[in-house]
Amino acid sequence: MNDLDLVRALQEGLPLVPEPYAEVAARLGASEEAVRERLVAMLADGRIRRIGVVPDHYALGYVANGMAVWDVDDAQLAELGPRVGALDFVSHCYRRPRRPGWPYNLYAMVHGRTRPEVEEKVARIAALLGPAARAHEVLYSRRILKKTGLRLA
Amino acid sequence: MDELDRRIVNGLQGGFPVRPRPYAAAAHALGCEEATLIARLQRLLARGVIRRFGPLFDAERLGGAFSLCAMSVPEQDFERVAATVNAFAEVAHNYEREHRFNLWFVLAAADAARLAAVRAAIEARTGYPVLDLPKEEEYFLGLRLAA
Repeated sequence: MNDLDLVRALQEGLPLVPEPYAEVAARLGASEEAVRERLVAMLADGRIRRIGVVPDHYALGYVANGMAVWDVDDAQLAELGPRVGALDFVSHCYRRPRRPGWPYNLYAMVHGRTRPEVEEKVARIAALLGPAARAHEVLYSRRILKKTGLRLA
Repeated sequence: MDELDRRIVNGLQGGFPVRPRPYAAAAHALGCEEATLIARLQRLLARGVIRRFGPLFDAERLGGAFSLCAMSVPEQDFERVAATVNAFAEVAHNYEREHRFNLWFVLAAADAARLAAVRAAIEARTGYPVLDLPKEEEYFLGLRLAA
């Protein structure tokens, strides 16, 4: 059993039976203990981010989803990026490269039940960034065209 | 969704135990029975309140190449381009957004060469350039949605 075996066995999620790790082990021809030990190791070093529920934004009423993009002074981004990421309403926060005609280097996903709620949260990010942010835009999602999740072959 | 459903969605976004009877342990912390928790999770999945239950893997740390891509597509050509992009197995998520850059998708491939090849194929088949915006630094990734 290696990481990919375990990923494939758990791609559809953890079995909903009283002893799920034993069931996964049986599928892989491994011992339950070996499965649990590998999961614990993968959690410890970040190969697994977490084990739990993945809520559906829309089903929970978070129908306003804005990708807020910011043009932040490069010299201050390393300090400010983690502070934006630490805001409890930001679900993803990344640095990405600028491109011609696209000056933004900081991305923060903000979810709300309404657009005014998202706008209020974006204003809080703007206040945190202050003059380090030269410009920003919020790109609201209009439609999910595809959502399969990341699949490993 | 009742009070227990909310406790499950809010309380189980991480930290599910890795031990022989994990549902029993998690149920105890939530104040319900093991069988109840399993039945509730099945129902939350069936109703689409949760998309998944289990380990969330960091695909990048397990190998592979990823990028966020954006395209600016004229309205009258949008459906054709969206369908063309979706047809690639390497396209994991694809969103329409309200902006001049109106098509945003994540590419996931086995390696950087394959990623570049898919991006080039998308440009060739759609006739529009693809803005390649790979992640350079991650400041936070997590879900903190309250049900």
